[in-house]
Amino acid sequence: MARLATKGLRLEAHKERSTVQPIATASIAQRLVLALNQQAGAANTSVVNVGDSVLFGQPIARPANALGAWLHSPASGTVIAIEPRPVPPAHPDEQQSVSQCIVIDNDGRDQRFDFPAVDYQRLSPEQLRDHIAQGGIVGLGGAVFPTARKLSSLAARSGTSLLVNGAECEPFISCDDMLMREHAADVVLGARILQRACGAERCIIAVEDEMQTAIAALRTAIEENGEDQLRLVIVPTVYPAGGERQLINTVCGVEVPSGKLPQDVGVLCQNVGTAAATARWLRDGEPLISRIVTVTGDGVRQPRNLLARIGTPLASLIADCGGYSERRHRLIMGGSMMGLELASDDLPLIKAGNCLLAASRLDLTPRSLEMPCIRCGNCSEVCPAHLLPQQLHWYLQPPDHIALDRHGLLDCIECGCCDHVCPSQIPLTSRFRAAKPVLIEQRGDAQTRADAARARFEARTRRLARLEAEHREKLAAKRRQLRDKS
Amino acid sequence: MSLLPQPAPHNIANNSVARVMRIVLAALLPAIATHLLFFGPGLAVQIVLGAASALAAEALALKLQGKPLAPYLGDGSALLTAVLLALCLPPLAPWWLIVSGTAFAILLAKHAFGGLGVNPFNPAMVGYAVLLVSFPVPLLQWLPPAGLQETTLSLWQTITTILTGAPPVHLQWDAITSATPLESLRTAVSLGQTLQEARAEPIFGTLGGRGWEWINLAIAIGGAALLALKIIRWHIPLAMLGALAVCAGVMYALDPGSHAGSVFHVTSGASLLGAFFIATDPVTAPSSERGRLIYGVGIGVLTYVIRTWGGYPDGVAFAVLAMNLAVPLIDRYTIPRSHGRSH
Repeated sequence: MARLATKGLRLEAHKERSTVQPIATASIAQRLVLALNQQAGAANTSVVNVGDSVLFGQPIARPANALGAWLHSPASGTVIAIEPRPVPPAHPDEQQSVSQCIVIDNDGRDQRFDFPAVDYQRLSPEQLRDHIAQGGIVGLGGAVFPTARKLSSLAARSGTSLLVNGAECEPFISCDDMLMREHAADVVLGARILQRACGAERCIIAVEDEMQTAIAALRTAIEENGEDQLRLVIVPTVYPAGGERQLINTVCGVEVPSGKLPQDVGVLCQNVGTAAATARWLRDGEPLISRIVTVTGDGVRQPRNLLARIGTPLASLIADCGGYSERRHRLIMGGSMMGLELASDDLPLIKAGNCLLAASRLDLTPRSLEMPCIRCGNCSEVCPAHLLPQQLHWYLQPPDHIALDRHGLLDCIECGCCDHVCPSQIPLTSRFRAAKPVLIEQRGDAQTRADAARARFEARTRRLARLEAEHREKLAAKRRQLRDKS
Repeated sequence: MSLLPQPAPHNIANNSVARVMRIVLAALLPAIATHLLFFGPGLAVQIVLGAASALAAEALALKLQGKPLAPYLGDGSALLTAVLLALCLPPLAPWWLIVSGTAFAILLAKHAFGGLGVNPFNPAMVGYAVLLVSFPVPLLQWLPPAGLQETTLSLWQTITTILTGAPPVHLQWDAITSATPLESLRTAVSLGQTLQEARAEPIFGTLGGRGWEWINLAIAIGGAALLALKIIRWHIPLAMLGALAVCAGVMYALDPGSHAGSVFHVTSGASLLGAFFIATDPVTAPSSERGRLIYGVGIGVLTYVIRTWGGYPDGVAFAVLAMNLAVPLIDRYTIPRSHGRSH
């Protein structure tokens, strides 16, 4: 087992309740709502019009650039509206946001748009990446970054690795665990395809030591495929061991430098769900129109994982799990540490939706009255980015941007560990999150000011040089005149 | 459904400032009990007076600042200041010492700087230092430990002595008080006695002062409990006691006739109380592990210097306050290397 390279928390996992039942197929709703902004970056543009008939898997919205991700219809039917609709929030401080959405009336026949299966080994890495973009594949670990674009960022050099992340460390979420248990072959095939598409030398799948069933399934799949290039690395179950930078440090032994990206150290991280979606797209010709979502918490009657079509109303997923129990208190999209609280379940499932947590009062201990920071240092003891949250908090009141920068505010990964252990119940993470854009802006300002000062200085130097030249010229002219006179 | 959206994380560990303070207070109970055993009921009276004064001062300060009373009075921090200061005072010290000391600590050392969490100096140590500088005589009138006392005072006699500032009619101060072991040692050495002669006095025990060694053992047990419960970290106590032991060891090796050894220094005076309960006050200590080590070493060295060459028999309070001054500087230069940074 790999030795954990970072600090963190051993949290109660709450995963067993949603892993007893196998993955079930969610019922397919009558109306499916596809948000055009459900991948990182610019929103997609619709290529269908109201009234058009669409087939299951048909591309319905194209990305803003070549390596973005397409959006596909998750059912056959009719486009009945293209209009702004409420969707799950993109930002942790809002409860919901509004996005342009394509609304499809499902005819229930699932007539397929014909995508051929593709032998990935016959495509060049470039062709493979283009194809992955067409399949609408985005990072399913939460960032929903277009996979093709990420794959293209790994420079061709020796010693590169593809790290397939199955270390699903956040409490309550079990969709990756269940995927690996039941579809290990997809994960293994997807890992191979992604490796070819990015040109990584090595391919590693990382899982947590407590996922014994998934580990066994992956081992079998690796053996059956005769994969000798694929390595399985087991990491300790600590939150947030599965954070991208933390996992790379643990598995590859390198730290991604502050302000840089994993590809700068020759590592690319992809979620196991992304790998499996890629495999289904190439092998079966099925674009990313569904995902596994964990529906859990004491507030739902039958917690389990569902294979659900993108665009399905969240209320329908809850209904598939027996509906809410009377203990339901809060609804969260995601886990207990980084999830976003929802105001309502009248929202569509998006590609980023890994978990729907209907929590009772027993599941979660909410924040109580905030007290002043007593600098106890519990936070710095657990911070996986090795920051001093108590000092960041100090320099936030009022904001001292130079000190915040010096203390690495921008290296905060917003995992929430500091909040969890804070005796003063201070919402540190959300304050840090709010302060980051201001700091980035200030940094930008400093750069702008420096550029302007340099430009001014250079202009002045040129002007002075010109004036001096003119002055000399005049003197010379005068001298010439005098000489001529005499 | 809850009414307001809550930002992540949604699950917070069951912890509070009040819980932290309660645990620290509980960890002081063995020391308080041992103290009562060796020095009579004086400490209990001092704690009651100190607590009343601290809470009244806290309430007044909160009122003046318009802050809510209940959460802050209930957080236990004022109470802890009172108990720590009471432990530093002679058990029969007159009432106005503990009352004015805690009031000064809470009003000026704590709230004048912004209250809980932002005071730069340890309030209890500010209170003690002010009393020691202003009223050195009553502060040095300690009681001999049980077994060496010519007379023992009842609870009622203790209360009247503290409240009137005079001993019971048939007794003189000299009959009931004695110097502390550290002070005796200091006097003896200044009179030209060797350490060995001085330590033959009955006030000295096996390791440190008689009675004191047991109180200090109880303090160490409380400190170990705080370490086990992760209320405090090992860096400051180890660095402070280590530095004190090294200084004492070096001086003892150079001149064993006039310098006590490491064990005596570590187990005497306020060394252990300082190491586990005072220097570890997180509000007034540095934030990084490296910073805490530097801070602890500074307190240890200064304590030894003040004890040996300074004007006071014990130096923990002044050492802590001096290092409190250095905390912003230490913090500035000990920012740990964060993940992915080269420095």
